[in-house]
Amino acid sequence: MKIQQRVRFTKLGKIRFLSHRDLARIWERSLRRSGVQVAYSEGFSPRPRLSFGLALSTGHESLGEYLDIDLARDVDPLELPGIVNPSLPDGMVAQIACAIEPGIPSLQQAVISSTWRITLADVPVDELTEGLERVLGADELPIVVERKGNKITLDARPAILALTQDDVVLEAELASQPRSLRPAELLRAIDPNWGDGRVLRTHQWTLVDGARREPIPLGDLSSRGATPTPHAGARA
Amino acid sequence: MVDVWARLEPHLASVQKPARYIGCELCAEVPPPSPHRVGWLLVYPDTYEIGLPNQGLQILYEILNERPDARAERTYAPWTDLEEVLRRENIPLFSVDTHRSADEFDVLAFNLSAELVYTNVLNCIDLAGVPVRSRERRAVHPLIGAGGHATYNPEPLADFLDFVVLGDGEEVVGEINAAVAAWISGGRTARIDVLRALAGIEGVYVPALYEPRYLPDGCLEVTAPIDAAAPAVVEKRTIADLGEWPYPKQQIVPLTEVVHDRLNVEVFRGCTRGCRFCQAGMITRPVRERPADQVREMVQQGIRRTGYDEVALTSLSTADFSGIEDVVMSAMDDSVGCGNVSVSLPSLRVDAFTVGVAAQIQKARRTGLTFAPEAGSWRMRQVINKLITEEDLYAAVDSAFSQGWRRVKLYFLVGLPTETDEDTLGIVELASRCLQLAKEKGHNGSVTVSVGGFVPKAFTPFQWFGMNTEEELRRKVNLLRDAARHAKGVQLKWHDTRASLVEGLMSRGDRRLGPVIEHVWRAGGTFQEWSEHFRLDLWEAAMEAHGLDMDWYCHRHRTEHEVLPWDHLSAGLHKDFLWQDWRDSLDELGLEDCRWTPCYDCGACTGYSIEHVVASAVPPAGGSQGTGQNLLWGTEVPVVLGARKSSQVPV
Repeated sequence: MKIQQRVRFTKLGKIRFLSHRDLARIWERSLRRSGVQVAYSEGFSPRPRLSFGLALSTGHESLGEYLDIDLARDVDPLELPGIVNPSLPDGMVAQIACAIEPGIPSLQQAVISSTWRITLADVPVDELTEGLERVLGADELPIVVERKGNKITLDARPAILALTQDDVVLEAELASQPRSLRPAELLRAIDPNWGDGRVLRTHQWTLVDGARREPIPLGDLSSRGATPTPHAGARA
Repeated sequence: MVDVWARLEPHLASVQKPARYIGCELCAEVPPPSPHRVGWLLVYPDTYEIGLPNQGLQILYEILNERPDARAERTYAPWTDLEEVLRRENIPLFSVDTHRSADEFDVLAFNLSAELVYTNVLNCIDLAGVPVRSRERRAVHPLIGAGGHATYNPEPLADFLDFVVLGDGEEVVGEINAAVAAWISGGRTARIDVLRALAGIEGVYVPALYEPRYLPDGCLEVTAPIDAAAPAVVEKRTIADLGEWPYPKQQIVPLTEVVHDRLNVEVFRGCTRGCRFCQAGMITRPVRERPADQVREMVQQGIRRTGYDEVALTSLSTADFSGIEDVVMSAMDDSVGCGNVSVSLPSLRVDAFTVGVAAQIQKARRTGLTFAPEAGSWRMRQVINKLITEEDLYAAVDSAFSQGWRRVKLYFLVGLPTETDEDTLGIVELASRCLQLAKEKGHNGSVTVSVGGFVPKAFTPFQWFGMNTEEELRRKVNLLRDAARHAKGVQLKWHDTRASLVEGLMSRGDRRLGPVIEHVWRAGGTFQEWSEHFRLDLWEAAMEAHGLDMDWYCHRHRTEHEVLPWDHLSAGLHKDFLWQDWRDSLDELGLEDCRWTPCYDCGACTGYSIEHVVASAVPPAGGSQGTGQNLLWGTEVPVVLGARKSSQVPV
């Protein structure tokens, strides 16, 4: 029987410039280094069975990335973060892990939206306010995306589930079903002159019995001694 | 302390592959800066993904950081997009470990593996905020040093380097550190003081303390010391026992994609196969094997510490390692506890035995094997002393196709001494025959032929040879392209012949090329080893501007008594040994591997009172190449061996 665990981890600081592909390689090596026995795929070229959730763009930070691991030998999920963290680079911290039932939907399928914190330090506050009012009041928000070499126009408005402002910081909940709306696409659609800002994913959301919930229930995260913020050095 | 990260970070989102610049790898501890430690910035003058795996740089990084009086960090050449940002925002070159500004280090030490990076060296010095010419530097500026294979002719860079290290760096780096530490604690007096101290260390060459004189015909008269501290000849450094230097102990594991991304364990250094075109084989003598137990230990610990699932056993010809089968098998056995670990041999000898070893270790991912016959005819291979018979090659290829490999890649050189079109075309004939072997096995194997233009190098028997012109190299490549068109299934790849020309210019050039390098660099000619950035027009214009003739440097045969730009340096090899080997080559005479046959006194051992360190006194099974006999079949190879040793040839 398959033994699967789900891990929530951060990507903060200098390592925000790693790509999604880099992340997969780092996890493979870190798990091997920490002695966690991962199950391998069958076939000509066996690979460790790791599956990541929605890709985070290179340059974005996150407090809540997810990874599902197929284990060859079971580990206490309460201990997994402590086992693997010494092998992860600065800024990447496994916060919590839990066993998952085989056959549950993959992260890619299950995650319906993400919450983003976007800091636009170079844009005047009133201009941000104005832009947000304009978007929230509109019925549609056309964006142009490339698909198989063709440029097509989509309406991004339905994917904006929430959008608030605190000074130069925007907080946005953006849908990832049926298509993920990226923070950069949102900003470009509001005002192309705003730039990309500094982007932090704070949450990913799934729907369980009609209620919004993180892919791992975080209720008792702090009581387990795991901390959702990285050690100070990671921010340097 | 200037940490440039805060100024750099906002721009990283707009450059390609920003992970090149963040550091954060798991690796040796870098101690904090302290006045009691000499600060070294080890620079690889090419991109991060090319430079990171460099073992020489990693070895020195660890050795320095283990010392109580040194600390070392790393940097790599910033790609053109980041360079633009650095210049625009006035951000200096920085270390990737702590993002400290390069000019805060006491020493900037460059790894010179190839000649085409020379303009990048100048660019890195300039980005560090240091004057590119050594005579314009003052006591406050970092010392600029270099090591690596290209430093055996450092003369084109003489104007820009304060010191150059010849040979193995493991021991000498500590001596250099001590000299620099003494100069710093003495109050950083005039720069000449530390240069003189460095010149007194064996293996260290200080170009400013020498001056070349030229004859009316443009040839060198002599390069002579102009300071009492400088020895007449600088000898290379050689570590006698590789077993005393089990480095790197903690190989750096990159977070982003790099070349050769695997654990590397060096199993021996040096090679005495005696291939006459091969500079590495000449300058790294003698052969020094690592004890088999230490290899096993380094593999085991390396896999555990790094988390890699692949280990390469590296050397110039790993199949020649004594008892190679036992070592690779036990390396794999020992690694079982760590998951699926595969072993690779990056330099295969051309014979069936080697393929057999490769088959045992490469259970999965059996995709392609690479061999280097180097020349298309037996005559040509005798000239270059790469004594592989056609039977060796066919047995190797046949064995590869029988055991499940689908792709075979063959490396060849064109533009070798005495080469005729028949020799050149022999390349396609060999390749076609190899492809035929695949068809006989009933599957669609492919054979890729990779062709490079031969560039003569310092301290090889071919250092006197006038290389083929660019037109001639191109003609030979075209000859092969035409022939390959008729040989279905043989794919041909070739290196840019124009880049070979510039490599040839640098490899045997003299100090008069300094202004040429500076000219090309100032005109924006960086990353010359990248085809998209290579600019032959810049080099030609620079040569013309300085009244120099490409032909004279590249295509002219040197005579026996011509003074060469590297004659005041020594790789241990006697010049008359090299000259005799050059004459033998023209007479198509082979020379045995001295590892398993009596010494012919090339000078590399005798000059330094060292010896081969080889666990086995007999050649490995199946290795006919250079041994004078075919050990696999117990017959002699039809090779005429050098007259100097004729009495010792097995009969």
